[in-house]
Formats: sequence, structure tokens, C-alpha cells
Amino acid sequence: MNVRELRESCLRQVRTTFCPGCGYEIFINCFLKAIEGLGRRMDDYCFTAGIGCSAWVPNNYFRADNFHTAHGRAVPAAIGLKLANPDLEVITIGGDGDLASIGGNHLIHAIRKRVPIAVFCLNNYLYGMTGGQAGPTTPLSSRTSTSLDGNSEEPFDLVKLVLSVGGRYASRYPTAYPHLLKKGIESMLAADGFRFMEVVSQCPRQYGVRNESSAASSMIAWQKEHYLSKEKARGLSSSELNGKLVFGNFRTAGEYVQFLTEEQ
Amino acid sequence: MPHVITVDHSLCRGCNLCMELCPKSIFQDSADIGPAGLKVKEVVSPDNCTGCGLCELCCPGAISIDPLPHEVFTSICAEQKDRLVERPARGGWKQVNSLLTPGRYFMTGNDAIVEAALAAGCRFFAGYPITPANEILEEMSRRMKGLGGKFIQAEDEIASVFMVMGASWAGLKAMTATAGPGFALMQEGLSLADMAEVPCVIVNVQRAGPSTGQATRPAAMDMREARYGSHGGVQRIVLYPDSVQETFDLTIESFNLAERFRVPVILLSDGYLSHLSEKVEIGERLRIYDRVYVPGEPAFGPTPDSSAPSMPRFGDGEDLQVTGSTHDRSGKRSTADTSVQENLVFYLDRKILSRREELLDCEEMFLDDAEVVVVAFGTVGRSARWAVKEARKTGRAVGLLRPRVVYPFPSQRITELSKSGAKFVVPEMSQGQMSFVISQCITNEVVPLPQPNGQIIDPRRIFRYLTEGEW
Repeated sequence: MNVRELRESCLRQVRTTFCPGCGYEIFINCFLKAIEGLGRRMDDYCFTAGIGCSAWVPNNYFRADNFHTAHGRAVPAAIGLKLANPDLEVITIGGDGDLASIGGNHLIHAIRKRVPIAVFCLNNYLYGMTGGQAGPTTPLSSRTSTSLDGNSEEPFDLVKLVLSVGGRYASRYPTAYPHLLKKGIESMLAADGFRFMEVVSQCPRQYGVRNESSAASSMIAWQKEHYLSKEKARGLSSSELNGKLVFGNFRTAGEYVQFLTEEQ
Repeated sequence: MPHVITVDHSLCRGCNLCMELCPKSIFQDSADIGPAGLKVKEVVSPDNCTGCGLCELCCPGAISIDPLPHEVFTSICAEQKDRLVERPARGGWKQVNSLLTPGRYFMTGNDAIVEAALAAGCRFFAGYPITPANEILEEMSRRMKGLGGKFIQAEDEIASVFMVMGASWAGLKAMTATAGPGFALMQEGLSLADMAEVPCVIVNVQRAGPSTGQATRPAAMDMREARYGSHGGVQRIVLYPDSVQETFDLTIESFNLAERFRVPVILLSDGYLSHLSEKVEIGERLRIYDRVYVPGEPAFGPTPDSSAPSMPRFGDGEDLQVTGSTHDRSGKRSTADTSVQENLVFYLDRKILSRREELLDCEEMFLDDAEVVVVAFGTVGRSARWAVKEARKTGRAVGLLRPRVVYPFPSQRITELSKSGAKFVVPEMSQGQMSFVISQCITNEVVPLPQPNGQIIDPRRIFRYLTEGEW
């Protein structure tokens, strides 16, 4: 099926309410393609979500059992579902503020507890739904509605965070590479154990307009310029890696940190 | 073979991503402005298309490449629907054997909660250490395994209550136990349990506050919080026993009520009752209620008769939408509709209030001719009962009303008793919380007898008040 047909058969409605150019559409499409690629159905999975644009992805649109919880609480709800019925394939879809700020404690403890759930963090670098406030992943100096002079707080590197507390499956894919994102989702859904993926996503409406790239297309171009797959990054010198962010699937902190330069 | 590409202009948002990502530049702006106020795209050179699919992957459903013949697509969709399995309806009242050998036991209040919960069918417990509720957590960790249930120690009380709700939607009877500060953390989750109609039991072993207060000392300082603590403030069912036997019985009742009403039920205890060891009689058979599921029925209220709706579990194939946002009966968000919101809130209240006669459960003593009615809750009832009996011996016309179900508040019973012109006195292990609730129901004199010192109230103190008027 093509994406349009997958949306018709797997979503509750083809038309979504996301802003023009939103990266979450790319995630939805890649997710649909991935489950088709695995020969699975949408309702083979069940979903938990927190609050924010990310939560609308499963709760409003995915035709499957889903639990739209409170802000940041999607992970504990997923743990409850999975423990209570291990036959359920439980997927959490949250945002960066949702999973890494208000739900940060739940995230790191879920890794420690090794509950076999798949957690997707749709990272748009700020709180999109509430008006574009700075969040735990907002890059230094970025302007948001609560950091008009530029963000002065250090952002979390979510892949590093997950691996450093003992995560054994952390991946990162930017929406600029949809085919790779789709493959990443396929591998993640086929794997076991606690799995985490940061989906780096553009938010032209809230992030773009305040940071001189209000067009989704130029935000995608920015991603292409700054994100390198780990295959391409391998063998590059520290100076060549400077300013670049590496994506792919990482199983250990050691595997990931080799791609980080001193500033990171 | 050339690819067939179309752009549905009703769905194109004009975001330009197809133009950005297409390596063959086959898209361009059309002259039309789309629903999002931006120029919608059109295909200019379809012959160059390699079918790589980048454009459709970044598009909100407007682009369609090489669609399947309509019959093929509809037959695939139909096949997917056919895979829905037939499921029987389930739930309702049943009789079960007691887990413990019937007979007489000597146990603490906290142990009675564990034994009763397991007997009632609780098979999921999540909790976080907090005094004076720790023994429930510890005992659950020990007992759950042997029964095939699930125990998890959460990272905090917020996680506990959300794990409980997750487990509840997976079909298990689930509970958590906490005390003052932990109960405060759970209020966010409890509000979701109210809104999404998630059955669960929350034990709050009250201790003296505010804040950390006296962690090991008894109090009844969460009496208002149990009912009004959450945002939204809809009706709650709250129970408070006065003995270990009653703790056992009301724990089972809590599960039955949670399952019948599809609400979070708050079972109150306190630092005294939780560690008090007493005799408990356990019978052979128990009457247990399991949530009702009728396949295909809407999973949420408002139901026509304000009863609890059918509750599927995840994995039943109902494609459940569970949300704390305002929703219709199918669970679909409907946050812009004022009438949906208003009907939902009134329904959540009515679900409990329309059955308040049935929920009325009070111990009553010497009330027929009482000029002074002592209203006591939970542990204070023990002291009040002795004091009232002794005062009667001295010829005072005093009586006792002890609501086991604290909320919905038995205001109708209080109103009936007020007609004689009786004075109401309310001894409380707090600065006086329930006395205000009683004052709201009646115009009679209501005297608060507060004792927020972290001690149980000495029965002689109540007796002295009843006989000499001194507090």
C-alpha cells in the first residue's frame, strides 16, 4: 500500500491537525510503512502517550488501543500495561518535554527496570503545543517563547542519557531521512527489551519562526547539513565531527561516545 | 513503467517538503491556495519520478503514488476487519473461596488490607515506600508472586498510580498504598482515573501533617483531600474503617465498588489502625464483583442511566481511545464542545450521587432520642463509641453516627438527625475538617473537637466533653 492508503486503513482519519511542515507527519508515515514492512497490523500494538503534540499521534490517529495519560506519565502507564499483560506489545510515544523533563524520572527508571517496551521520543526541541517554551532539549542559544535572548541551559543528549543509565537500545533518527527513520523503526519494533528512539523532528511553527528558519524545508536542509549517520561518521576525525550530530542505532554508551567531540 | 502521482489539494498544507525532498524536482507550486493558506503543490514532471517515496513519507496524506486498484484496497481493508475475534461478555457478581483457610486470625490493619485485596482478586500492586504504609508494600511483594499477580516498586507515587491505571486497562484489579505526602503526589493520576473511569483502589494510611509532619503518628488530616484534592473535583467514593476486621471487609468492598462504578476508590486508614493487631474472622466464601464488559458497547459515559459503562481491556480488539481529555462515549476527544464537557462532568458526579442511598453505610448507636450526636470517622469512632456508651450510663442523651463510607457524604442521614434539633459534635484527629462538611448540611449547632497532635483521641477526653462540656 502507499502511504495514503496506509493512512486510510491504519489511522482513525487521514487528515490530521498538525501544522504545515510538521515532522510528526513524517514519523506517522514512517511508522505505518515500518509496520507494513514487518507484516504487522496497527492493532497488534497498543500505545501510551503523555501530553503535547506527540500524544496526538497515537491517541487521535492510530487505530489501536491507546491510553492518553497525563503529562510525562506515559512510561509508567506502559509499564503497568506490559506487566499486567505481557502479551501486549506496548509502545510509548512522547515528546521531549514530556519524556525528558516532567517524565524524566520515569524514563530513566524504566530503563533500570528493563521493562520490554518501545519508547519513541518525538523531539521538536521545545514545547510546541503550549506555545514554544524552552525544554530539556532546546539547544543552547536557541530562541523560544521563554528564552527570547537565547536559551542558556544545557540541553540533554537523549541518546547519551539513555545509554549512560544502562539502556541497551537507543537510536536517533532525524525526519530529514525518512527511509532511514522507517528502517530504524522496523528494527526497533522487531527487537526485544527496553528500546528508545529519539526522532529529531522539525517544528516550523514554534521553533523555526523564532530561529530564522520558519520554513519546514529549510529546517530539513539544516538537519541534512548537521546530522550524520554513524556509518558516515565512522572514521572521521574529531575536527570533522565538530558541530555534527550522529544518528543511528546504538547499543552501548561506548559505541556512542566515540562520535562525540569534546564540546559535546 | 511511469509512476502515477496525485496530490489531493484538500489535504495539501503547502509545506514545501515534497519539493525539498524530491531528488527529481517533480513538484512545484500550483496557483491554488490550500486550506492552510499556503500554495498547494502540483506534479509537473511525473515521468522523472523514480518512485523513491520520499515525497509521500513527508506528506500529510495528500500525495498518493501508484495507488492499488480500488477493489484490491477495499478487500485488504475488509480482511483486516474480519480478523476481529468474537468475544464473550464478562463480569458481574460471583462467589469465590477465601484465599486463607476460613477461621479466626490475628493480624494488623496493613496485613488485613493485603489479605483482603488479594481475596478480592487484586493481582497488580505498584507502590513506593512510605511510613506508615510500608508493610502493605512489603507484604504485597511477598504474597503477589505465589498468586501469579504482579508487584512492582515504582520510582515514586506518581508512577505508582499510573502503573496501577495501566494495569487496570490491561484487565487486572490493581491497587496502590501510600500516606500523606505520597497521596498528594497521586492526585494528578487520580484525576485521570476519575475522568477516564479507571477502576482502582488507593489506600491512604493517614499520618500527621502538614508535609512530613509526624510520619509515624496517626491522624485523619487527609479527610478533605481524599474528596477534593484533585483538579476537577468530581465525586469520589471514600471509605474509612475503625477496626482490623472492618479494614478487611471494607478493602473487599473498595474493590467491588471500584469495579462496579469504574472509579478510583480511596480506602483510608491511619498510623494507628495500620499497625493495630486485632482479631479478624475470615469466612469461607466472598462475594466479588468483576467489571462488566459487553463487546461493542461504548467504553465511556455518560450512560443513559448513569451506571458504569462497559469496560474492555487492551487487547480485546476494541481500538480503545482512553484519554483524560474531554471525550465522547467512544473515547474520542471532544474538547471544543461545551455540552460534551458539561454532560461528562455531571455524569461523573451522578454516577456516584444517583446511588448514594445504596452507598449509605453508617454505624449508628442511641440515635433515636439523642440530643447530642457524636459524628466520628475511622479510628476516632472507637474512642467515641466508648465515650457515648459511658455517657449514656450517666443519663446523657447522646448518640453516635459513624459513616464507614465517608463520601459520598451521608448528608441525607445527617439532615434527618438534625430535625430533632440535636447538637452535633465532631471529634477529629485533625484541626477540624469534617465538622465543616457537616455544617454545610444543617443549621444545627456543630461543635468541632479538634486534636491534631498525632495521637489517637483518648476516649476519656470525649467522655469529659460529653459530661462536662470541656475539650
